[in-house]
Amino acid sequence: MEKKDINILIVGVGGQGVLLASEILSLLAIEVGMDIKKSEVHGMSQRGGVVSSHVRIADKVYSPTLNFGEADVILSFEAAEALRALPWLKKGGTLITSHTRLVPPITTIGKYSYPDDPIAEIKKKNIDLKDTDADAIAKELGNPRLVNTILLGVLSNSLDIPEESWLDVVRKRVPPKFVDLNVEAFKRGRSLEFKAAGVEG
Amino acid sequence: MKVLLSGNEAIARGAFEADVKIATAYPGTPSTEILETIAMEYKNIYSEWSPNEKVAFEVATGASMAGARCLVAMKHVGLNVAADPYMTFAYTGVKGGFIVISADDPSMHSSQNEQDNRFYAKFAQIPMLEPSDSQDGKDFVKIGLDISEEYDTPVMLRLVTRISHSKCAVEISDPISKETLGFERDIPKYVMVPGHARLRRKIVIERLERLKVLSDNTDLNRIEKGRSEVGIITAGISYQYAKEAFPDASYLKLGMPYPLPEKKIREFAKSVDRLFIVEELEPFIEEQIKAMGIECEGKKWFTNFGELSSSLVEEGFVKAGVLHKRTIEHTNPEELFPRPPVLCPGCPHRGVFSVLKKFKVPVTGDIGCYTLGALEPLSSIDSCVCMGASIGEAIGIAKAGGAEKGVVAAIGDSTFMHSGITGLLDASYNKANITVVILDNRTTAMTGGQNHPGTGTTLMGEQSFQVDLVKLCEACGVTDIHVVDAYKLDETREALKSSFEHQGPSVVITNRPCALMPRKIKEQPYTVISDACNGCKLCFRVGCPAIFASKELTKKGHPKALIDPVQCTGCSICAQVCPENAIVLDETAKVPVR
Repeated sequence: MEKKDINILIVGVGGQGVLLASEILSLLAIEVGMDIKKSEVHGMSQRGGVVSSHVRIADKVYSPTLNFGEADVILSFEAAEALRALPWLKKGGTLITSHTRLVPPITTIGKYSYPDDPIAEIKKKNIDLKDTDADAIAKELGNPRLVNTILLGVLSNSLDIPEESWLDVVRKRVPPKFVDLNVEAFKRGRSLEFKAAGVEG
Repeated sequence: MKVLLSGNEAIARGAFEADVKIATAYPGTPSTEILETIAMEYKNIYSEWSPNEKVAFEVATGASMAGARCLVAMKHVGLNVAADPYMTFAYTGVKGGFIVISADDPSMHSSQNEQDNRFYAKFAQIPMLEPSDSQDGKDFVKIGLDISEEYDTPVMLRLVTRISHSKCAVEISDPISKETLGFERDIPKYVMVPGHARLRRKIVIERLERLKVLSDNTDLNRIEKGRSEVGIITAGISYQYAKEAFPDASYLKLGMPYPLPEKKIREFAKSVDRLFIVEELEPFIEEQIKAMGIECEGKKWFTNFGELSSSLVEEGFVKAGVLHKRTIEHTNPEELFPRPPVLCPGCPHRGVFSVLKKFKVPVTGDIGCYTLGALEPLSSIDSCVCMGASIGEAIGIAKAGGAEKGVVAAIGDSTFMHSGITGLLDASYNKANITVVILDNRTTAMTGGQNHPGTGTTLMGEQSFQVDLVKLCEACGVTDIHVVDAYKLDETREALKSSFEHQGPSVVITNRPCALMPRKIKEQPYTVISDACNGCKLCFRVGCPAIFASKELTKKGHPKALIDPVQCTGCSICAQVCPENAIVLDETAKVPVR
């Protein structure tokens, strides 16, 4: 298999499964024999704050963190967080995001507002965008917590790793009761097609 | 075999492989998972959550005296708490190998300061090892224990957040077996009366000279030859940032940055045209190298504020004129709402702070989730400095005449047992007119829900004694004690009011458990009767993540309230503050099966 360096930034809000997604990605990298580092901050961020995980895969990785303009792919579980994460995206990189909106209480007291349509804001930037209503797909599959697995499925197309290797790790890392459901969610995400303009096909 | 481990998990693995017998700690980000992993994965090691870092340190000290290999872990500020035994244990030395782990938090992701604990190693004149990734972390535990035993000294292992919480592949090995030697009386070594301490002080000074020789000879401090124009001395996570920014420079990587390898540094300095020191936070290495009379450049180019990164290091080298400027294109950050951490839906602290806000009295705060009560819209906490500080501060405000209406110290159960009890004793003994609110949620919530003497369960999962806070406060001399349900605002308000009228210290204990521990508490959710909502926003002011502004407006154009039934736990605080009785139990909603 051809080895390819890749930097991935995964963002979301506490409780959305950002860390599980980056864990699956990292285990996969080890299985295919690449060096990998991932970094995230725990603690205060779990109380409804922003959670971000930096994942770097290469022959040899030094720094565990990324800088602005270095992410080949951003995987976002929340629409406004996708907008917030944009400066990290490499020129020509891909942004994958769910349409999920998580409006924090700070916006109810009037000082700040949640953007009306973060996806539209992102589209103005003219980047390679893969946006999807992952909540709707998860609901259709029967469990709202499948959003992260669906998005991992979308992400899987950006890496040169066979589907079976992904599924092996997914099977190992999700609770036994939910293995079939997660495999289905992953395949759903992986088979989604996106037009160049960023409109879901 | 290679496995994916965080720095903390790797250190736990290192403890297992090096046959550590005793591991102690008090939880603190970013160090917490070290002991959690030991308790979960390596059950042959005795592990405990001690009530605070000083006790944790002393338990490990005793284990070392008994000849067992041991490890004590804490966050950087925890070492301030343990500094008393730490400084003198450096004199007595060890029997069983002893590692103290200091997990520092540059950039203050989850801390009140970013003190550089490398100075503690120099302060106590004990050796310090600094891993650059999880593999180093695992390996350095065993190497550190060997050094500890050979040189009769405690050893510091210094981590930072990006080592503790970064994961990489680690080559693991089988554990070795190490005999526990047993306790033997050795009065001149362990009884630090002045006469003995003077003798041990001489040993500390001689030991440091021998450690300097070790530092010069160990492979922990290694030279990586590269271009001779630029030489970089670095350690820990900074090594990774520097390698990323300047891969072909010459390096002296210090796995043991204290005491410094002076001969190796001189030799390295001679081999390069310009010598740079890349280190996060203070110029710890730089100042010592300058004191050796060796010319070098460090903080002139690299900030002492917050974490470094490969881009900050690169910028420094560009300014210093040894790297060419690269332009990396990226979009500018958007102006967006912030997303600060908030009290969870159903958090029992919410009600107390919404009541306290109305009293308009000074509220000294402490370290825990409830510190979030200082943020808008609750804005009910006036101070936060260190573990246990709230009570002493409240006494000081009361004694200075700073609050006729009353003064409140707000402290959590775990923090109270960590270092609040002595403050309460002071309040009783010196007759301070204060109210101590113990927010008893029966867990150490901020760090993820660890057990403590009030939970009735130990780290190793054994059932145990459970402290009775009322009796404890009575024994501390407090006569005015109220126990209230934190979900009942009237009851909380009355108890506080009565405590303000009482002369002398009062204690108000709230007794609702953490909404997340041991599992997420979920009752029937509440809902807003849209027609009854007048858009007054009082429910917004309790700061609950489950309450939103609806798109539906009142006649006056104010947004009505909306409750997310998935997030709502049914705590009823919002219903209690609603003047229109527009928030009611949602009888139709399904309650998740527990």
